[in-house]
Amino acid sequence: MNTRGLGSQLKDSIPVAEFSASGAFGGHDTLRRGFTSVKNELFPNHPLELSEKTFQLNHDKMNFSTLRNIQGLHAPLKLQMEFKAVKQVQRLPFLHSSNLSLDILRGNDESIDFEDILNDPLQSEVMGEPHMMVEYKLGLL
Amino acid sequence: GWVLGALRGGLAAVGGAWVLGAGACKGLQIPMARKTGTTIAGIVYKDGIILGADTRATEGMVVADKNCSKIHFIAPNIYCCGAGTAADTEMTTQLISSNLELHSLSTGRLPRVVTANRMLKQMLFRYQGYIGASLVLGGVEVNGPHLYSIYPHGSTDKLPYVTMGSGSLAAMAVFEDNFKPEMEEEEAKQLVRDAIAAGIFNDLGSGSNIDLCVISKNKLDFLRPYDVANQKGERCGKYKCEKGTTAVLTENVVVLALEVMDETVQTMDTS
Repeated sequence: MNTRGLGSQLKDSIPVAEFSASGAFGGHDTLRRGFTSVKNELFPNHPLELSEKTFQLNHDKMNFSTLRNIQGLHAPLKLQMEFKAVKQVQRLPFLHSSNLSLDILRGNDESIDFEDILNDPLQSEVMGEPHMMVEYKLGLL
Repeated sequence: GWVLGALRGGLAAVGGAWVLGAGACKGLQIPMARKTGTTIAGIVYKDGIILGADTRATEGMVVADKNCSKIHFIAPNIYCCGAGTAADTEMTTQLISSNLELHSLSTGRLPRVVTANRMLKQMLFRYQGYIGASLVLGGVEVNGPHLYSIYPHGSTDKLPYVTMGSGSLAAMAVFEDNFKPEMEEEEAKQLVRDAIAAGIFNDLGSGSNIDLCVISKNKLDFLRPYDVANQKGERCGKYKCEKGTTAVLTENVVVLALEVMDETVQTMDTS
């Protein structure tokens, strides 16, 4: 197993629950995701798929590591605490949060990238089933 | 399909773009991305920068646009010529232009060319060359005139004269022969015009007119077109035949008598 580089992020196994073709909340939606296949889950369809999926995470890690080297351990610790606090401010389960504070902390409020132009989650045509999602969140389901 | 950008050192003379999997899928022909297959060039002269570009956009072996604009706005004092996939250069330059504007509002200063260069190379490297944009970036600011060439994989060069695109070799030959540092404006404009013309007449991927952009400390000239090198020909004669050219010898009219055999009415559901 290649422990360095993107090879280590390839999955070895997929949980069985993902194979149900029922649709609805929690199942595999054949209409929107296509047919289930082991190959599709394990291997990326495009060489950049893996690196793009983990881009934000790696970017944050790099920044924290630089910050730690320059200012000491306290700087990334304080910042990560702020990140954690700010991620908890969300709307109802089925509504997208603007994540304004998170964007400000990351510095994304002063830049435009493809995620702002293409496939904006705020303009998505599909939405989770509101009643079911709230019940799931409250543990009533 | 994904289009790979031109690799340094030149893969082939045809704009250097390959469709991934074109060899693999024998049946379905993936539609070609609209490429520019271009000649773009830039030089540093006495007072600033001159950027030049041709105006032909190709879609495989067909000319898609006879007069497209390849010199893109980045900032009031910075412009960028783009070669490669037309959509990629257009979107990339617009994205970086927006980011640079936000950045300069944040710093409160006029944007620097080196900032635009850094933003472009970081983005292109992130996408590992899948964004097929080869750019010539030039501008004038507090530190003087700066000219960069940026490759699709993210490497950049800072030079006094650069060319990119499928006609880059023809244009570079002209530059290597005639470039001198600290040229006057008219001389420099003529040199860039000649370089782009060499690309237009010797490369199939480049053609039509020559656009120039002159950037200096106190003025900006966007000359489009600077030179209409390829005029469409005038038709010399008429090719229509007049009525009566062919003589009518005999005329025979036959009336077809048709009967109504069967009639059915189907109502439309217009509710």
